[in-house]
Amino acid sequence: MTQETTIEIQLIGKLHSLDPGHTVASLLEALDLQPGMVVVELNRKILERGSFDASEVAHGDTIELVHFVGGG
Amino acid sequence: MTDTHTMTDDARALDSPLHIGGVEFVSRLIVGTGKYLTNQIMIDAIRASGAEMVTVAVRRVDLDRTKEEAILHHLDPNEFFLLANTAGCYTAEDAIRYARLARAAGFNEFVKLEVIGDERTLLPDVYATLEAARTLANEGFKVMAYTNDDLITALRLEDAGCVAVMPLASPIGSGLGVVNPYFIREIKSRLEVPVIVDAGVGTASDACVTMEQGVDGVLMNTALAAADDPVRMSHAMKHSIIAGRLAYLAGRMPSREIAVPSSPTTGMLD
Repeated sequence: MTQETTIEIQLIGKLHSLDPGHTVASLLEALDLQPGMVVVELNRKILERGSFDASEVAHGDTIELVHFVGGG
Repeated sequence: MTDTHTMTDDARALDSPLHIGGVEFVSRLIVGTGKYLTNQIMIDAIRASGAEMVTVAVRRVDLDRTKEEAILHHLDPNEFFLLANTAGCYTAEDAIRYARLARAAGFNEFVKLEVIGDERTLLPDVYATLEAARTLANEGFKVMAYTNDDLITALRLEDAGCVAVMPLASPIGSGLGVVNPYFIREIKSRLEVPVIVDAGVGTASDACVTMEQGVDGVLMNTALAAADDPVRMSHAMKHSIIAGRLAYLAGRMPSREIAVPSSPTTGMLD
């Protein structure tokens, strides 16, 4: 058995490899995103802002990050 | 800017505020934030328009352009009332998903519901819009629904619990002005909730004519963003919205196809 050193997730529509042990909060920090500026959907479920710290990122997760942009 | 202040004061003194879903607005102009050349021009134009409610879209974060794209880096949510839209959605399911994401941003319960049915005309899919409106209203959203200039759909959207119904003047981004003033008037006369004309206004006269139909407000984006001078056009729109509103409230003279002299016909010299 080889030890898995990274996990793979679908992040904003693209496959990303990252170290295991991330929470949504630490992922946002790694991406240089302010938690108050984005809305996170984890496996099609919207996450409350207060749960970012407790939400662990697992292999195979699909994460969408959205924010407000200009529009009419 | 004395003139501008005078106009705003006129609006306050001679008109009542606009209430949408329990929120009060002095300005009857709602503006979009899309398609501006720079963020600075957008901010300057919005301020010049006097609008209090501004629309924003919900999109995926682009990790390379986050700070540039994120509207909240440029627009202070304490200065403006944010109205998130579901623009770009072609199904009720997608529109509901976008509305829920927008609400999770934590500003308010309002959503500008827009479900497009056709790429060429961007005309709304009114069936999907109605379906999404019912679901969202049941979830506590304050739905402002973009729709066709169709009375029956407007009535159904009101029944579904929308806090405002927003028929188009003409297709989105077309600048054709109000193509069916009769239907717009009819919708306004039959609905209890505010009627905001959304999309199609091209220039100040279009906005004025739209307001003269008696509607509660106008929502526009491209007319400002695509003007050669968006800030100047925003000033013009602010004035034209107030002018059209006051003209409607004042009640226009009957139009006649024959001249009637304005000066006395008696007392003329021999």
